[in-house]
Amino acid sequence: MITQKNKSFLNKELFLGALKDSILKLNPVILLKNPVIFITAIGAFLTTLFFILRLIHGNFSPFELQISAWLWLTVIFANLSEALAEGRGKAQANSLRKNRTQTKARQLTNSGEIEVSATELKKGDLVICESGDLIPSDGEVIEGVASVDESAITGESAPVIRESGGDRSAVTGGTKVISDRIIVRITTEPGNTFIDRMIALVESAKRQKTPNEIALSILLSGLSVIFLLAVTTLPAFFNYSLKASGLPQSQNLSLTVLIALFVCLIPTTIGGLLSAIGISGMERLLRRNVIATSGRAIEAAGDVDVLLLDKTGTITLGNRMASDFIPADDISIEELANAAQISSLSDETPEGRSIVILAKEKFNLRGRDIQDIHATFIPFSAQTRMSGVDLQLSNGKIRQIRKGSSDAIRSFIQKNNGFFPQKIQEKVIEIAGQGATPLVVAEDNKVLGLIHLKDVVKGGIKQRFAELRKMGIKTVMITGDNSLTAAAIAAEAGVDDFMAEAKPEDKLRRIREEQDKGHLVGMIGDGTNDAPALAQADIGIALNSGTQAAREAGNMIDLDSNPTKLIEVVEVGKQLLMTRGALTTFSIANDVAKYFAIIPAIAVSLYAFNQNTGALASLNIMHLASPHSAILSAVIFNALIIILLVPFALKGVRYQPESAQKALTRNLLIFGLGGIIAPFVGIKLIDILINL
Amino acid sequence: MATPFEWLQLAFFFALLITLAWLLGKYMTRVFSGNRHLMLPVLGWLERITYQLTGVNPEVEQSWKAYTLNLILFNTVGFLIAFTILVSQSLLPVNPANLPDVSWHLAFNTAASFMSNTNFQSYAGETTLGYFAQMMALTVQNFVSAATGIAVLLALIRGITRKKTDKLGNFWVDITRTIVYVLLPLSIVLSVMLVGQGTIQNFKKYETIQTLQGSQQVIPMGPAASQIAIKQLGTNGGGFFNSNSSHPFENPTPFSNFIEILAILLIPVALIFTYGKMVGSARHGWILFAAMFILFVVGLGISIASEHMGNPSFRDLALMEGKETRIGITASILWSTATTAASNGSVNAMHDSLTPVSGMIALLNILLGEVVFGGVGAGLYGIFVFIILTVFIAGLMVGRTPEYLGKKVEAFEVQMAIISIIATSFAILIFSAWAVVRDTALVCLSNNGPHGLTEILYAYSSAAGNNGSAFAGLNANNVFFNVTLGIGMLIGRFGVVVPVLAIAGRMAGKKAVAYSSGTFRTDNTLFIVLLIIVILIIGGLTFFPVLSIGPIAEQLLFQNGINF
Repeated sequence: MITQKNKSFLNKELFLGALKDSILKLNPVILLKNPVIFITAIGAFLTTLFFILRLIHGNFSPFELQISAWLWLTVIFANLSEALAEGRGKAQANSLRKNRTQTKARQLTNSGEIEVSATELKKGDLVICESGDLIPSDGEVIEGVASVDESAITGESAPVIRESGGDRSAVTGGTKVISDRIIVRITTEPGNTFIDRMIALVESAKRQKTPNEIALSILLSGLSVIFLLAVTTLPAFFNYSLKASGLPQSQNLSLTVLIALFVCLIPTTIGGLLSAIGISGMERLLRRNVIATSGRAIEAAGDVDVLLLDKTGTITLGNRMASDFIPADDISIEELANAAQISSLSDETPEGRSIVILAKEKFNLRGRDIQDIHATFIPFSAQTRMSGVDLQLSNGKIRQIRKGSSDAIRSFIQKNNGFFPQKIQEKVIEIAGQGATPLVVAEDNKVLGLIHLKDVVKGGIKQRFAELRKMGIKTVMITGDNSLTAAAIAAEAGVDDFMAEAKPEDKLRRIREEQDKGHLVGMIGDGTNDAPALAQADIGIALNSGTQAAREAGNMIDLDSNPTKLIEVVEVGKQLLMTRGALTTFSIANDVAKYFAIIPAIAVSLYAFNQNTGALASLNIMHLASPHSAILSAVIFNALIIILLVPFALKGVRYQPESAQKALTRNLLIFGLGGIIAPFVGIKLIDILINL
Repeated sequence: MATPFEWLQLAFFFALLITLAWLLGKYMTRVFSGNRHLMLPVLGWLERITYQLTGVNPEVEQSWKAYTLNLILFNTVGFLIAFTILVSQSLLPVNPANLPDVSWHLAFNTAASFMSNTNFQSYAGETTLGYFAQMMALTVQNFVSAATGIAVLLALIRGITRKKTDKLGNFWVDITRTIVYVLLPLSIVLSVMLVGQGTIQNFKKYETIQTLQGSQQVIPMGPAASQIAIKQLGTNGGGFFNSNSSHPFENPTPFSNFIEILAILLIPVALIFTYGKMVGSARHGWILFAAMFILFVVGLGISIASEHMGNPSFRDLALMEGKETRIGITASILWSTATTAASNGSVNAMHDSLTPVSGMIALLNILLGEVVFGGVGAGLYGIFVFIILTVFIAGLMVGRTPEYLGKKVEAFEVQMAIISIIATSFAILIFSAWAVVRDTALVCLSNNGPHGLTEILYAYSSAAGNNGSAFAGLNANNVFFNVTLGIGMLIGRFGVVVPVLAIAGRMAGKKAVAYSSGTFRTDNTLFIVLLIIVILIIGGLTFFPVLSIGPIAEQLLFQNGINF
């Protein structure tokens, strides 16, 4: 199961596995993927070598030993953070994959049915799945209809219907057929199913760096080069200064000190945590039951500033609900409610059920069994566009109760020589104007009144849209309703814009228009006719319940098939980028304190005047005990901070919907200012501890 | 401390500077946007004739690669002409003092220096260069190197504002318009004003006079005013005379001093407003101005305070060593700050004699990348590099792929920005480190201790930052210094110009991202703070180690009565 809501942040097993991986990752070929950590490892190697060489010559230096050890730890801590993130992601993904590897598939070939391993299936192969079979790979139902248990990937225990032809034809490998028989055409090559792709995104060895990650890596490598220049030229400047101070060249900076300074300056913190941040972003998405097909997609999600949302299911509950009874003149409201309820007793549509419930709630009218009252249900038909019941009265007469659109009821009444009251007609127009649907109830030749069917906007959605607006994201509601209805719902839900009477081509056109204006568009869709729009959108989320075409076109799949998920995906994307920015800022801000620890320490003897106080003694504002402990404290701090920040990398920085300006100010105060102050405190504490 | 009158004078100076710069900025916007403007009826013929003579079709635009190639070609030819004139000046006319040919290495240094808008003076004008060399080699390069800087900026602006194109404009049109409509008219006005103040402008032979003590003194002459005008306006800074604008023939009166400082900052400041208007956010222009102005004023304030406090060893008398009495401390410090901030490099006082702190401020102005106003064009395309880094780091923190003025900042932009920063840091640190370990280089120093280190660091910073001012105290006219400084200048110039043009080319090809409240804003006070912090942190982190054992150590010793 993928959804383990109360999953602990870390467990022992995961930690031990990660610890082992972090040692294995010392392999230089693997380290090379992370330039900053790779050069830290080279530094550790050189200091160790230097220590050993000096040891051979009989000089045992505890300082050099400790520096070497902490530099190795810096590398291991960086590896550990990555291994932890990977472990968490893999734990999520492995449970998906486990099901499939042992699966046998019943492949349909020209010569008949043969049994093959699921991993051997190729795109285009046909397989048969019957009750009890696991579906071997991602595919599309081309024949039959079956109920499928998708709990293995969605965590949802209720089975879903998968059938050929419609908008629910896609099946996912690893899910189980519970009833009936379907023929599935495999749509992915082996090793390239959605789950395979998702796993690749959380495994660092296979993971492709995302564009923004590449840009950040370049920045970090560039900064490292600048620090390399600053540090490698330092012995020359010291050479000059020692001469000017009348000191021997033997006091020049040792290789160990130079490497310690260099490693402290280069952005090891963000460098070490960078891939953990990326993997965790994927993992957070997976935790929300969304599968991304590329790392690029999740970054783009953070950039989306226009969301196209289908009205039904996303903004409204998807079904109209009865909200009021409006009786005609001389008819009591109870009478109307009673008739409406009777007409809906066998009406299994959500609208019908809501009428029964409303009558019960408002007038305490209990639902009756249709047989008891000698009624025959007249289902809705495309010709009559009405539904209702025929009641067999004791006197042999038949009461015809009908409900339907005003046009349908008008012709029904007129056929029975009745008359359609002007007042009801006015009400019909009024209700339609509010974005709701009026259902007229009639008995024989008499109009009893109206049922006010309302499109119910989801609770809390208005606030959600307000939050999105704060974040600078515009919401556009897409609906097939007429513009009057659409406008009313749009106003109630608080969307920024709407498209009424929208056809699939209109969606595509709208996306192109927004993109031409420089917006990045996100949308969610399920049907085949959504596929072009999903492909055109910068972020296209396909619902898992949708068609294979839609799933191929989108760059994410929502396993829960929950249209509001789009909003969460945007948040995950933003949080990912914010975490990178925050930790980069923190890492660079740290350097200020490290300079104040190390520079006075290494220059302690230069230009000494009264009582051998070096010229730069007053820069030692932290009053660190000795030059060696100052350098060591800085190196230790530099290593430990990676471990301390792992939770930030894995969980992401705190995210809340707010304007860019507010988010920036908050993150700057925490990670910028905090990044300057924290190491002063940390280094001083470590210095006190190691001098105890 | 500075007198109230001096403060008032500073306030007046800035008010006048901002007003004139704003007006000039508006005018330049019209010129560079190709709109109708004031000078078109007067000088339009000159622009047209230039195209006819050179065969340039002003309608044809270039890709970033072609633009860059034309720029480099043009500068190389300029370099070769200057070099040839210098090494063969004994054969050339208008050399009344019969000065001999310049050595190859000094010629290399000087030609590289003037072509790259650095104008470092390894030479002493009056004893090295004849009038022909001064005018044809140096003054010409003063104009074209300044125009080159502005051309790069214009290409950058087009890169930012254009969408989905590979065209960045026409290099030849950009330099022609800059020279014809901006540099030439301003230079004419300024030289006339300077001549009015007594700056010399003649082709006379050097005069020998009898001093009051009865000894003989040779008084150099020459066409100084015309060169000084452009040297100030074009942030060039190479003086006609060795002692630059502290020489009374270059800068005779307090008024000439005032307008010369004004001229140093005028175009760099005006271009900020032009930039803001042309990228479509005048507000962003003001924000950039504010960031630079804050860095400028803080540096100026610290320097003035430090100079007026004086040296504890001399019972804290204000320091007049190396300054002209007719100019005084405050005006000298305003100049030293302006000339280092604006990548000009002309001096009216000797930076070597500044207190360690104000010397360091001058040095820092250069080390931070010459982005506090900076050279004409160069200051803005220099700060653009820091803007890229600022929007990249801070932009991430708002949860979006970073963008600047609607253009996404991606791997390529970051890479180019960081390359340009590495290029200048490389030239400064590697060459300085090389110089301080060479005993033959150290004999050229006239001071020892941390001050000597500062002198060498300053020289390479000045070269790589294309500033050109000399800390003095370092005799740079020898093969080692001439060659390494010259290379430093070329790295500092083209190591930034080429990456910036590459970014411009890449950005022009992108589509623009729409603005929303989720966008990282570059037109508010928070951006000022961020930009300043990024500039200080990058500059600070790169150079803090060497500064700490140079000027910082010197200042700490200076406070304890130890001088170098």
